[in-house]
Amino acid sequence: MTPKNFTNIRQSKQQKSDPFPRINGILMILICFMTLYPVWYSVVISFNDGQDALLGGIYWWPRIFSIESYRAMFSHQGILQAFLISIFRTVAGTATHLLFTAMVAYAFLQTRLIGRKAYMTIGVITMFFNGGLIPTFLLVKNLGLIDNLLVYLFPSMFNFFHLIIFQAFFREIPKSLEESAMMDGMNDFGIFVRIILPLSAPVMATIALFQGVWHWNDFFIGIIYVNEMELQPVATYLYRVIAQNQSSQMMVNMPASISRNAVTSQSIKMATMVAATFPIVLVYPFLQKYFVKGLLVGSIKG
Amino acid sequence: MKDKKSSISSHSLSRQKALQAMALPGLLWMLIFNYIPMYGVIIAFKEFRIFHTINGAPWVGFIHFQEIFRDADFFAAMKNTLGMSVLKLTIGFPLPIIFALMLNEIRSRGFKRWVQTISYLPHFLSWVVLGGIMITWFSENGFVNELLLRMGIISNPIAFLGQPQGFWLLAVLSETWKEMGWGAIIYLAAISGIAPELYEAAVVDGANRFQKMWYITLPSIAGTITILLILAISGILNTNFEQMLVLNNPLNHEASNVIDLYVYRIGIRGLRFSYSTAVGLFKAIIALVLLLGANGLSKKVQGRSLF
Repeated sequence: MTPKNFTNIRQSKQQKSDPFPRINGILMILICFMTLYPVWYSVVISFNDGQDALLGGIYWWPRIFSIESYRAMFSHQGILQAFLISIFRTVAGTATHLLFTAMVAYAFLQTRLIGRKAYMTIGVITMFFNGGLIPTFLLVKNLGLIDNLLVYLFPSMFNFFHLIIFQAFFREIPKSLEESAMMDGMNDFGIFVRIILPLSAPVMATIALFQGVWHWNDFFIGIIYVNEMELQPVATYLYRVIAQNQSSQMMVNMPASISRNAVTSQSIKMATMVAATFPIVLVYPFLQKYFVKGLLVGSIKG
Repeated sequence: MKDKKSSISSHSLSRQKALQAMALPGLLWMLIFNYIPMYGVIIAFKEFRIFHTINGAPWVGFIHFQEIFRDADFFAAMKNTLGMSVLKLTIGFPLPIIFALMLNEIRSRGFKRWVQTISYLPHFLSWVVLGGIMITWFSENGFVNELLLRMGIISNPIAFLGQPQGFWLLAVLSETWKEMGWGAIIYLAAISGIAPELYEAAVVDGANRFQKMWYITLPSIAGTITILLILAISGILNTNFEQMLVLNNPLNHEASNVIDLYVYRIGIRGLRFSYSTAVGLFKAIIALVLLLGANGLSKKVQGRSLF
């Protein structure tokens, strides 16, 4: 009895005088603050009068509230076009990737598939080796995908890591469902479309978010394979504005209705950045739930 | 039963037409988009010009690889790559582990979930946006200078991203900021798998919080740490290409020109396809050696390895 009592007393003493939980909690809040503040700051500046923002001293809230930067952005033909391209590649690119990768994953999973071992080995090799930047570039060029919208679809249509995540999920679907469908004379494609796909919402959501976020954020395909400004997604557009200092371009072709004093190239840049991030933040609650699941499945299997 | 036994015959192949029709497009995609570029690596041993086909270009042997060793720009890029990678290993690798350990000590589940959710938000933001924020914050009339001037730490504004000094640290810290919360997920999952009996036994033995961390939590997740460390070491010649693309500018180029960026510059912009492919291949070979080396070392020392 005595040792147990002893530890109990020790514990309660510890809890009373122990500063650790408080310090730890404060540190965690600090980390959250450091994570959120830069994002919040950008939002604040984007909603502040452009000229006034140049004076500095704005930290928590817009000093002179203004939505002129957003109006300027949404009346700018180039930026609007870039948003349309982003939406196109995110929706179409994600949809084709999902259906194609899921279909191949299902086929590669069937033990009766003749040549299954070879298929899987060929796939596994792609996880460890790749041709690198230049040979890939030459391939895409030879396929005629330069300055072609299809460059957003084909090269990213399949991914062996995602195939593995799909397969991990498909394995959990009871075999009896497929067997009874096969008895009814349904072929493999029919089973995949009518039985497997409707049951796969969670894994579809996971991969859709992976691929969707990648499509939305990716700017490299736009840099390397697309020269025409009208075909570039908003991420690439921002890259050109930010890294190549072309922000003055944003001030060109602005309609007369926008007050020139309220808008600077800096403030339109901020507004475009915030607008380009908004869809991500919007889906974030779903995102993080499914992403964590996908990440863990991927890391266990991979 | 009969079906399974005769699975190699052409009869059964014709019976799985639909299945093969679903599998073959995947094979075809991999052959085109993975294997043709892998084959294309042979241009590292050729003198490939834009008007050549890959097979038609003349062989030149190891000329490009010999050139790498005489290329001062390559060594400068190598130095920047290694410098940032070593910094990343010392700062960016342990921080997610420490963060996971600290987060694990939070009692309130709701608070814990909030902190975690917020901590991996930056992972989902594009480097273009974060780079844009950084360029604004660290510019001469940006937020950081404003703060430092006001606090009297500096008397003249510093163009942080407009100079090579301090670029490595800035790049590594910003990447750590972006990925710390995300990196902690895998450790938190490993921690949650530890049997609670271990902690109960330790409490009976009078272990305090830090002793429990040191003697139970850390050894229990050592396997996960080892695997991620092996991967990190094999990736030592990889830099965050997107980050470098955004943050690199002529003024900090001396410190920000990394191998990936160098390959991109001389290959895509400079059209030196063969030479840049050779540099890329050289880098990939070093990475493979590092991976096998780290894996072998860990097998010997710890008895744990990736494969």
